[in-house]
Amino acid sequence: MNFLLQAAGWFADPAHWQGTAGVPHRVEEHVALSLEVTAAAAAIAIPVGLVLGHYRTGGALAINIANVGRAIPSFALLVLAVQVVGIGVLPAFVALLALAIPPMVTNSYVAMRSVDDQLREAARGLGMRGAQVLWKVELPNAIPVVMAGVRTSGVQVVATAPLAALVGWGGLGRFIVDGLSQENYVEVFCGAVLTAALAAAAELVLGSLQLALTPRGLRRRRERPRVLAVGLRG
Amino acid sequence: MIPLQAEPWIRWDWIGSHLDQIGGDLAQHVELTAIAVGGGLMVAMPVGVLAWRYPPSRGAVLSVAGVLYTIPSLALFALLVPFTGLSLLTAEIGLVTYTLLILVRNVVVGLDGVPAEVRDAAQGMGYRPVPQLLRVELPLALPVVMAGVRIATVTTIGLVTITALIGEGGLGELLLDGLVRAFPTELVVGTVLSVALAVAADGGLALVQRRLTPWSRA
Repeated sequence: MNFLLQAAGWFADPAHWQGTAGVPHRVEEHVALSLEVTAAAAAIAIPVGLVLGHYRTGGALAINIANVGRAIPSFALLVLAVQVVGIGVLPAFVALLALAIPPMVTNSYVAMRSVDDQLREAARGLGMRGAQVLWKVELPNAIPVVMAGVRTSGVQVVATAPLAALVGWGGLGRFIVDGLSQENYVEVFCGAVLTAALAAAAELVLGSLQLALTPRGLRRRRERPRVLAVGLRG
Repeated sequence: MIPLQAEPWIRWDWIGSHLDQIGGDLAQHVELTAIAVGGGLMVAMPVGVLAWRYPPSRGAVLSVAGVLYTIPSLALFALLVPFTGLSLLTAEIGLVTYTLLILVRNVVVGLDGVPAEVRDAAQGMGYRPVPQLLRVELPLALPVVMAGVRIATVTTIGLVTITALIGEGGLGELLLDGLVRAFPTELVVGTVLSVALAVAADGGLALVQRRLTPWSRA
């Protein structure tokens, strides 16, 4: 109980809410890096997955890339990145990018592959050309599963970014890492609460985005596809 | 890119003279993973079966699992530190939590996948609920459960490295030490062994699965 009071005291202390080491600035850093990484990863991964899925090729590659990604610990990715690019924001960016790409490639591939063949046939039968089938039939139908990949990766990035405090970057991980090294467990605890809250917020926001981008005709099924969402984590 | 230092990626002589330490870290890594997956499975089996058997509890169990799973690993360990200290217990509570979430879900999904006709047939043959669960339903759910065990194992092997920050860590200790001392050899050894362990464990469990479900090979 006493400990929770101390934690509440930490949150109430105005000193923790100001300046570059304050909570708002750390949240801002965390969100900014996560957004940049997720956007960059999406720009790379989604086209690759969509193209492979559209041409129905490279399936083994697209599926296995996520499994390989899972076998490499994100902590290892991060420390190896430091050796290559030095400390700071760059190794964090590189490591998180490497982490975010595989689920998006896999999901985009699966999304295109799982578009019903009968739908494609029907679209051809209606006289659509190849490009029209792609833009008007395949892509809209693929969006929910593609977005499930973005959501998985995005939450993963937010959840793993705290580790980057170990390599000299900021974000909410600073409170945890600095707290641990100073044996200030109140700060560790408060940093963890903030990090968990931010991850939950990311899950909610990306979940809503997924729903919002899903074409209306597909929403009625009420199922939120979360293909391969289980098991990827830093 | 210019490397920060002239230190080579690998110093074989260091590896040669630190085999004991590396072996110890590897053994601890295996131990932490085995306890986490074993412990997770022991809790997940009954919880999963109950959630499947009593539909009202199912939504609750799966949503709690989903919410807990969203908590970042470093944050979960950090949340526990004030209460259980920098200890093996802290590491294992965190690790078991994650395996639990994957496993419960797969137990429920696996049991869901048992065809209704099979259950009807078992009932018609006079199976009582518990023997039916043990001899018919769980064996048929095994492939999905084992898929969960494989994912949980590979995930845990990655997560164990993070427990280095709270004083445990197995191969994570090599990573952390290598980072602090800017000594790439340790990073390479830690990464390679960790990936190799994940691949070996996954392959081993795939073999176990084949042995346990001879009927699915046909």
